Amino acid sequence: MLLTIRSLTKTFPGTKALDAVDFDLAAGEVHALLGENGAGKSTLIKCLTGAYRRDGGTITLDGAQIDPQSTVEAQEQGIGTVYQEVNLLPNLTVAQNLMFGREPRRWGLIDSRALRAEARETLRPYGLDIDVDRDLGSYSVAIQQIVAIARAVALSGKVLILDEPTASLDAAEVRMVFDVVRGLRERGLGIVFVSHFLDQVFDLTDRVTVLRNGRKIVTERTAELDRVKLIEHMLGRALEHEVAGQAARTAAARPSLLEFRGFGRRGVVEPFDLTVGQGEVVGLAGLLGSGRTESAEMMFGVRPAQSGEASDAQSRLDLSSPRAAIAEGFGFVPEERKTDGIVAELSIRENIILGLQARRGWARPIPRAEQNRIADDYIKRLDIRTSGREKPIGELSGGNQQKAILARWLAMNPRFLILDEPTRGIDVGAHAEILRLIRELTQAGMSILLVSSEIDELVASADRVIVLRDRRHVAELDGPRVTGAEIMRAIAGGEVAA
Amino acid sequence: MNTRALPLYATAVIFLLAYLLCWLQFPNILSTRVIGNLLTDNAYLGIVAVGMTLVILSGGIDLSVGSVIAFSGVFIAVILRETSLHPLVVFALLLALTTAFGAAMGFLIDRLAMPAFIVTLAGMFLARGTAYMLSIDSVPIAHPFYKTLQSAYWLMPGKGRLTLIGVVMLLTVLAGMVVAHKTRFGASVYALGGGEATARLMGVRQGRTTMLVYAFSGLMAGLSGIVFSIYTGSGYSLATVGTELTAIAAVVIGGTLLTGGAGYMFGTLVGVLTMGLIQTYIVFDGTLSSWWTKIVIGVLLLVFILLQKGLLKLSQSRLA
Repeated sequence: MLLTIRSLTKTFPGTKALDAVDFDLAAGEVHALLGENGAGKSTLIKCLTGAYRRDGGTITLDGAQIDPQSTVEAQEQGIGTVYQEVNLLPNLTVAQNLMFGREPRRWGLIDSRALRAEARETLRPYGLDIDVDRDLGSYSVAIQQIVAIARAVALSGKVLILDEPTASLDAAEVRMVFDVVRGLRERGLGIVFVSHFLDQVFDLTDRVTVLRNGRKIVTERTAELDRVKLIEHMLGRALEHEVAGQAARTAAARPSLLEFRGFGRRGVVEPFDLTVGQGEVVGLAGLLGSGRTESAEMMFGVRPAQSGEASDAQSRLDLSSPRAAIAEGFGFVPEERKTDGIVAELSIRENIILGLQARRGWARPIPRAEQNRIADDYIKRLDIRTSGREKPIGELSGGNQQKAILARWLAMNPRFLILDEPTRGIDVGAHAEILRLIRELTQAGMSILLVSSEIDELVASADRVIVLRDRRHVAELDGPRVTGAEIMRAIAGGEVAA
Repeated sequence: MNTRALPLYATAVIFLLAYLLCWLQFPNILSTRVIGNLLTDNAYLGIVAVGMTLVILSGGIDLSVGSVIAFSGVFIAVILRETSLHPLVVFALLLALTTAFGAAMGFLIDRLAMPAFIVTLAGMFLARGTAYMLSIDSVPIAHPFYKTLQSAYWLMPGKGRLTLIGVVMLLTVLAGMVVAHKTRFGASVYALGGGEATARLMGVRQGRTTMLVYAFSGLMAGLSGIVFSIYTGSGYSLATVGTELTAIAAVVIGGTLLTGGAGYMFGTLVGVLTMGLIQTYIVFDGTLSSWWTKIVIGVLLLVFILLQKGLLKLSQSRLA
């Protein structure tokens, strides 16, 4: 084995990020590291590259124990890393980036001619014939990524860690990078490949290791791996486990409220069609990085669509910015409640009134009595547990904060409400209440897009579920087909034994 | 062609065009005398702008340099008046002092993770205050060695005088070009300006580089102070107020990106000369108020900021 990790442990206050994890990497192997949010992938990599100090366990490289203190030291010992984004400097030339820190010198000064020559030499095995004197930033992301790989290999030369290297590449560019990775495998490097794209994992890797909640779940040869089994390992949920008491689904056709046609953004989500009915809950399912959140953000104009259009029964909708989307009657409860949702220092009342006031314009303040009435009304209707409406929202529990943010949007009376992971990090009781609330709202005629990583939640509340994989809408399940098994099969994709 | 070099070309073209316009109106402006004066009058600005260029390339800013120049003049004048040290010894002392001062600011910026703006603003008040403490009045420098320095020049064809301080400025720019473009330290400076996190990942020693950048700027400010004291023949604590801002303007007009990471040392020289040319034009015209210099510099700055923003947009749209 080229690299052997034994019982690697890393603890952060309150959580065990890595719990006695074992991991092996052979020379000439591409080994995928998979896991959902909080599985411990990035912690493992940071321990390997010296960004974190481990609390326990051993790392053995080429028969010698190593304990890198920094990324630079890890590089010198033979472990190079290429990240999704921050790798190299776009303001320096390709040659400067490749040779940074080991520039050839003559009489103490950098020898530009030798620098260019060595840079070209470094790139030659990658079949990349580019002008090394141009700024790196003037090349496409794929070429930048290959230059980053070339630099990492030139510096370290034993282990190459690719941390979601394809996350912002299109299909042709992915092929280009994969050819390079395969070439390196031939040359005998050990490659750790982290990706959310299952098709890429099956396409490229020799073995797969799945982490979940800081533990190693399984290591298997990719060729012998069943896709559905893999999803089960990642999500920690067995397929036969079905949820009783699904929402009674009415097959009756609903009047359609919104239509999205060819809606997409390059490198984020491939164009998709979607019709949302009046009073319908549409679920978005998929693994982390499959384009769930990105689809939601696109519909709300956070990252506006580049192609396609959205329309209602009357006219085209302008969804070019959140402000425009709000004017069209859209609402959006983001995933990151703490950073994107609440203003922690402001009171519950102020947080609830925020959206309404923003729409009216700051020049026309809502009278205080009116504010109090609205706040009290929603505190009662949504059962927000608080000692009063003037309490800073940061002091509430997660579930109650979430209800207050919901109240902010409900006060604006949207026709289409997008909920991104509305139940993440809240307790079981509040969880049930929010799902009940969703049902009530749709009965009143509101349409809802529910983005969730919890399949049970989608099965329980959605009328229809769209499944995303590798940034594409790959399946649409409705009626009796909205079951955990069907959703998991669609997420796994590929040839699945029924 | 690299879009990065476009601001440099733009600066050069603007300078040449401006010179052409001036020449059409006042043919005398194209003489070695005027050019010699241009170099002499802007020598101190050119030197301090070299230091400022490196600071801005690293993504920082140094507001202390104007005060350090004034302090240098007063320091030299007072020491020469009070002691019998040779000016060259005093110069060495001063340069050590201002370099250490810059290094200390760089150390604080890095260690405390404080914005360079605040730390060097404190440095600005500190240096100016110390200058006042040494002497409130203008102190003349009467040392005979100064007379030698002031009268040293090479005669150019056309009877223009290439003065010693003009040559010092040109040599400083040359040295700055070598440091910025030909050393690993220079590469680290560009890397820091391009992105601190990435630079660290690539192995840049951020603390050391930051400290050296501000030490270099301190050294340049000290050298500029010496040149200014030769130019004026005195030390005055109220001198060169706002010179740090003029230097920043010269750097930006010279095509360096104010956010760091892109620019050329040579552009700064052109930027300084452009500003000097405006002043010269106003002197030639004779009827214009000297405040027109400020207005034209303001307009030029605006044009360059817009140009850089436009180029940035252009290079981004090509990627998308």
